Amino acid sequence: MIEISVNGQVHRLDVEDDMPLLWVLRDELGMTGTKYGCGIGQCGACTVHVDGEAQRSCSLPVSAAAGTKITTIEGLSPDSSHAVQKAWIAEDVPQCGYCQSGQIMAAAAFLAANPKPTDADIDANLSNICRCGTYPRMRKAIHRAAALIVR
Amino acid sequence: MTHLAPLSRRFFITTGLSAAGGLVVGLALPGRADALPINAAPWTPAGDAKAAEVNAWILIEPDDSVIIRVAQSEMGEGIFTALPMIVAEELECDWTKVRAEYAEAHRNLVDGRPYQRMGTGGSGAVRRSREFLQQAGASARARLIAAAARQWGVAPAECAARDGKVTHTATKRVLGYGALASAAAKITLAQEPAIKTPDQFRLIGQPQARLDTALKVNGQAKFGIDMRLEGMVYAAVTTCPVFGGTVKHVDDSKVKGRRGIQQIVPIPGGVAVVADSFWRAKQAVADLVITWDEGAGAGTSSDQFRKEYRDALDGPAANAKRSGDVNAAMAKASKRIDALYEAPHVAHAAMEPLNATVHVQADRLDAWMGTQDPDGALQRAATAAGMKPEQVFIHNCFLGGGFGRRAVNDELTQAVIVAKAVGKPVKLVWTREEDMQHDRYRPQAAIRFKAGLGSDGMPVAWDMRTAVGSISRSLGRDPVTSGVEPSAVEGLANVPYAVANLNVDCILKNTHVPVMFWRSVGSSQNAFALESFVDEMAVAAGKDPYHFRRDLLAGKPDFLKVLDTLAEKGDWSKKQPAGKGRGIAIHESFGTIVGEIVEVAVSPKGEVKVERVVAVVDCGHVVNPRTVEMQIESAVIYGLTAALYGEITIKDGRVTESNFDGYEMVRFADAPVIETYLALSGGSKWGGIGEPGTPPIAPALCNAIFAATGKRIRSLPIKNQDLSGRA
Ligand code: FES
Ligand code: FES
Repeated sequence: MIEISVNGQVHRLDVEDDMPLLWVLRDELGMTGTKYGCGIGQCGACTVHVDGEAQRSCSLPVSAAAGTKITTIEGLSPDSSHAVQKAWIAEDVPQCGYCQSGQIMAAAAFLAANPKPTDADIDANLSNICRCGTYPRMRKAIHRAAALIVR
Repeated sequence: MTHLAPLSRRFFITTGLSAAGGLVVGLALPGRADALPINAAPWTPAGDAKAAEVNAWILIEPDDSVIIRVAQSEMGEGIFTALPMIVAEELECDWTKVRAEYAEAHRNLVDGRPYQRMGTGGSGAVRRSREFLQQAGASARARLIAAAARQWGVAPAECAARDGKVTHTATKRVLGYGALASAAAKITLAQEPAIKTPDQFRLIGQPQARLDTALKVNGQAKFGIDMRLEGMVYAAVTTCPVFGGTVKHVDDSKVKGRRGIQQIVPIPGGVAVVADSFWRAKQAVADLVITWDEGAGAGTSSDQFRKEYRDALDGPAANAKRSGDVNAAMAKASKRIDALYEAPHVAHAAMEPLNATVHVQADRLDAWMGTQDPDGALQRAATAAGMKPEQVFIHNCFLGGGFGRRAVNDELTQAVIVAKAVGKPVKLVWTREEDMQHDRYRPQAAIRFKAGLGSDGMPVAWDMRTAVGSISRSLGRDPVTSGVEPSAVEGLANVPYAVANLNVDCILKNTHVPVMFWRSVGSSQNAFALESFVDEMAVAAGKDPYHFRRDLLAGKPDFLKVLDTLAEKGDWSKKQPAGKGRGIAIHESFGTIVGEIVEVAVSPKGEVKVERVVAVVDCGHVVNPRTVEMQIESAVIYGLTAALYGEITIKDGRVTESNFDGYEMVRFADAPVIETYLALSGGSKWGGIGEPGTPPIAPALCNAIFAATGKRIRSLPIKNQDLSGRA
């Protein structure tokens, strides 16, 4: 049995130690907001927070997540009120939307560590793929969210 | 079977039943995420039991809120907002109370095709459906007015509709749509109302926030891959790495008895492993030892194909367009320039890997997935299951990208076969590797131009020839006996530039690599070649590329307006410092003209940084300026990825790239600033918007690189070119 804490709730799971956290979330816990895009840590669609840090859950064995506090897109805020979500709505960022859970989780963790990012900071630190090309809008939304947080 | 009996439209109208099979946007849908009931009868109300169906497109709830059905697929292009705007424009409802849900392919089949063609492609959603969507809205509005007038005992002409309410102008009596909907549904009009002309639009043309955004920032939007059914099992697949190959032998000794593994099921050209979790299925499928019969494609390579396409240019061709006498004019030309351009296969690589969830029962098949062609998916599932089309229900979900790939649903055939074999609901998901290595790719192409310039530097003769894979043949749809496939020569045969002597030839040549529609189809590779070559002609003529194009487009006001706006907004006349360059391209596709200027910096080491893209668009009219802007940004980035990095390489008959580590994408660091401007010509033009932003980006970028370095790129992707050491 492995115990993990997701969005403040503790789950006891009978799964293999090496099952990636992504598949535990999606198939075992039915939390499908976190997405599968590549499975090899390349695209970031599966990004969640592990003890506040952005992690690509497809590449994190569930055993390594035991004892940590995991936050998924479903737990980022109860009502889409996190500054990043608000900014995403204001800039109408998502297109197909598939990458967006990962983008928002990555941006939220990034802003927590870099409250006033420059464009160069964004380029250097955020590498999730958006096949719909929402980068220009995400960039605006990140700056908007930064302003919301500072305020 | 009784619940499957075709129900007439009349039945719906008279009973006021509503339908809500698909997802409803703008609604949180609590409790619907998990374990959906799988026996829902067709068009049974889900969350909207109290809504009255006024017609096949429109449902109205007692509180005056409106559900508008959308027959096209939401894959990011914003169609779940734009199409409801068209209906709402005429309906005169309160836009803040509008939600969208999918129309049902099953109903389209059994109820007289109320949704016409449900496929999404060719940037055609607005173009093909605008008029009948306006009509649906106008007809519903007229019925709501008639219902109110009847209740008040006045003439309909004395009443007006606005913001979801009908008002009797003289007495100021008011009735909300919600109170009128059931009565309105039963009214027959003596005459259908006329639809608005663009000068009467109040909602169309005004930027509106997307209706699906709220669901896409908190993980609630449901994609096909998110479907969960009671008792569902998971399937992962592997098919022969060489297209067209088959399975000779499967050694499953390594996975037998593993936790959760339930069954191995043969599928066309491969096998599926069924397990109680997708991860277990995926791990097991990778550990199968399979001996393949690789078939006719064994041993082939991209290098070989490249040579074959080049060689084909010297062979027989079918003529797509001819005017004047190219040979005679060429002989008299004062200057000749020739060039060969090449474009490789590229993958769609939508973010959501292909998947389908299927439940087969004795007399009914349900499939949940993201498809660009619900009508076709329904027929495909029926064929795969050996059932009647009327027994099939396709539940379209949000698409995690489409770009053409989800127009042909190979994954659905597999899922039906597996679901039948295991007798349980199955969610079948392609791994990223399967998705990348079993795409239906953009065709590989070799395109050769020969031009003769007159003494004034302007072209007098132009010969174009493309050797390219036929999409129709690859899909087994049409043998194209004429030898000319319209998509193969799109952008070439309709070249907008005035050249008296023109010849366009087409050579269709397929390999074992499947090819299909890739965002902007033939215009993608053809615009790269054509607009690069126009730059070459301008250079040969010693003319400025903008003015050269301008001269060749004389008498085409739409093109000139786009081009002139572009030159102004894109600072064409401003000098660039050393190592930087500006490139221009213009192209019409899917009824829309898009011009783009790219500003690029090329380092002495040859690294390319795209700094700014300015796009000017003439799609005639705009429904939602917000989504037009988003689609241009999207199309530019999509085209940039292909231009910079896109290349599917065949070796030993198989695709060598397997995931995003070997198939690079534009990410934040590569994404330029993008500015979009409209130069609308209005009139009768209603152009598409999902694709036309893609064709100009590769040539505008390559022309910018030429301006910065003096190096002409004639073969994509750019990553393969040595741009070091400035010229
Ligand atoms: S799915 Fe985890 S990084 Fe792509
Ligand atoms: S919004 Fe579609 S992949 Fe990012």
